[in-house]
Amino acid sequence: MKNGERPLIELKKVSKRFAKELDFSAKIARRFGIPVSEQTLHAVDRFNLSISKGEVVGLVGESGCGKSTLGRMISGLLTPSEGSIYFEGKDLFQLKGREAKEAALQIQMIFQDPFASLNPRMRVNEIIGEAPKIHGLIKPSNLDEFLNDLMARCGLDPSYKFRYPHQFSGGQRQRIAIARALAVAPKFIVCDEVASALDVSIQAQILNLFMKLQDEFGLTTLFISHNLGVVEHVSDRVAIMYLGRLVELAHTEELFDNPLHPYTQGLLREIPSLDKRRIEFAAIKGEIPSPFNPPPGCHFHPRCPIANGNCQSQQPVLKEARADHLVACHS
Amino acid sequence: MSTNDKTLVVEDLKTYFFTKAGIVKAVDGVNFSIGPGKIMGLVGESGSGKSVTGLSIVALVDEPGKIVGGRIIFCGQDLKGLSEEQIRQIRGVHISMIFQDVMMTLNPVLRIDTQIVEALKAHNNISHHEAIELAVAALYQVGIPTPRERLKAYPHQFSGGMRQRVAIAIAMLNEPELIIADEPTTALDVTIQAQILYETQKLCRERGTALIWITHDLTVIAGLADYVCVMYAGKIVEQGEVNEILDRPLHPYTIGLIGSVPSRNTRGKPLYQIPGMTPSLLNLPSGCAFYERCAFADQACLEEPCVTEPVEGHFVYCFHPHVKSYP
Repeated sequence: MKNGERPLIELKKVSKRFAKELDFSAKIARRFGIPVSEQTLHAVDRFNLSISKGEVVGLVGESGCGKSTLGRMISGLLTPSEGSIYFEGKDLFQLKGREAKEAALQIQMIFQDPFASLNPRMRVNEIIGEAPKIHGLIKPSNLDEFLNDLMARCGLDPSYKFRYPHQFSGGQRQRIAIARALAVAPKFIVCDEVASALDVSIQAQILNLFMKLQDEFGLTTLFISHNLGVVEHVSDRVAIMYLGRLVELAHTEELFDNPLHPYTQGLLREIPSLDKRRIEFAAIKGEIPSPFNPPPGCHFHPRCPIANGNCQSQQPVLKEARADHLVACHS
Repeated sequence: MSTNDKTLVVEDLKTYFFTKAGIVKAVDGVNFSIGPGKIMGLVGESGSGKSVTGLSIVALVDEPGKIVGGRIIFCGQDLKGLSEEQIRQIRGVHISMIFQDVMMTLNPVLRIDTQIVEALKAHNNISHHEAIELAVAALYQVGIPTPRERLKAYPHQFSGGMRQRVAIAIAMLNEPELIIADEPTTALDVTIQAQILYETQKLCRERGTALIWITHDLTVIAGLADYVCVMYAGKIVEQGEVNEILDRPLHPYTIGLIGSVPSRNTRGKPLYQIPGMTPSLLNLPSGCAFYERCAFADQACLEEPCVTEPVEGHFVYCFHPHVKSYP
């Protein structure tokens, strides 16, 4: 982050809790006066992060760690239970009327599954053109030209604009989804596993397109992925998330060269790469614990090779261990 | 090496699908072999025919698909002439298969113990009690904690990684000579993937089981396999030792695939892009299927290439193998 500059997006102690609804028997038990409490799931737990203009921040974690929930809160699809999200210094969830609408347009999201995220009954020109038309960003007379230009920039043949999504391959659909997000000229994009469902050669095409558009449109991005290779390729900074909490945050080179958190170290040891041949796999023990009932203290301590008594009782705070390198670990 | 000490030899295997729109040559003249205790990686993108190759070996190709040619020799025995019942005795005892989607492999309404005991009793003459003991041992071996209690659980009570372990345990039950694993870790997290790879690697080494690992992920292959076959449009376009293939690839498609894997060395730079997309296997034109996407293609490529061996033990199906620049 450059000093003195206001971050484009700032998350302050953002938490999201989901309550699991009581089932039938529990409801009856409650009727009879037996105290049954609702189970709550801490999907995201007091998450702090700021992202400067033009930056790509990679967010890495295992399934169920809350990374998609965080992305959805930033893009306004979910409301945080606690904490605030600031966009250009304004609290997103306090904005009213026109301002709220404008902020919502400025932040767009691209989803993992291009088969689920496109309406199968709309043609490509409607999918991409609907939002800019409704929000009055484009005059109806210019719409055609606008679509041609945007589709070409996203690597789609403009002559395909009257086709339906099912007539496209997975890679092309993801291009349509990208074009749709860019159609309203956003400043901030949340990419949720955009390349994960695709074949290697198509993944390369989408990542290249993404990096080209990132430059052309001057975007700022939160890039959510579980694929460390992809994150290393595209990100300026990388945040590692474990069970709803931020455990490590640093510049990409710094993080990959000097991982400080035992979880990050484990992850990096385990990513398969082309240079690692016939390796002896030795995995991080155990699995990600249930978020309904997370372990006390540091969430990672049951799997951690260097955990001690302190880790079981106290939650480690995020501190700057090296320059611009934050880590939440007791040792 | 002679064919006799190989676990599996596949010669000129052809599996076609006879659809209304035309003939789909999903597997078109595939040759490879694998010895005991070895791990072979079969790499390819969706639609390259890698899964159909796996299914053809265990004769699980459904209508309208049909094996139309070639030989599958397993431990010296040609599987093609066998009756359905004979194949069934080999499948599950001598050859096991692990699939990507475990929810599809395990029966959701039966407890794990029922399913394991069923698999054991189908092929062995043992009592229920003995079968349970074997099941406990099998689950323990793939690293499931408290296996005796977990046996009483239903598949939905397991997490994805645990479920895949159960599938591996079932595949290993009868100590098969060959396991075919079709993208078993693709849907799993990195840490869980590493655990599964660790368990399979260990089991293969200890028991001398041959393993065919089907995947689209070259990085997993790099860490796991001894030998690699790269498939494209129903054909194996290149095969050889893992270091040969990854360090000195000869086929333009393999070179493209390796170039398109993001890693630390590619940071900030555009990745290599293979132009175009995988061709439809329906009524594929003759000649090299990679012709349209290849930078080195010329007139010669309109004919069918033959398999050559420019470097010993490294086979390539191309007129213009990229031999020059490697020392």
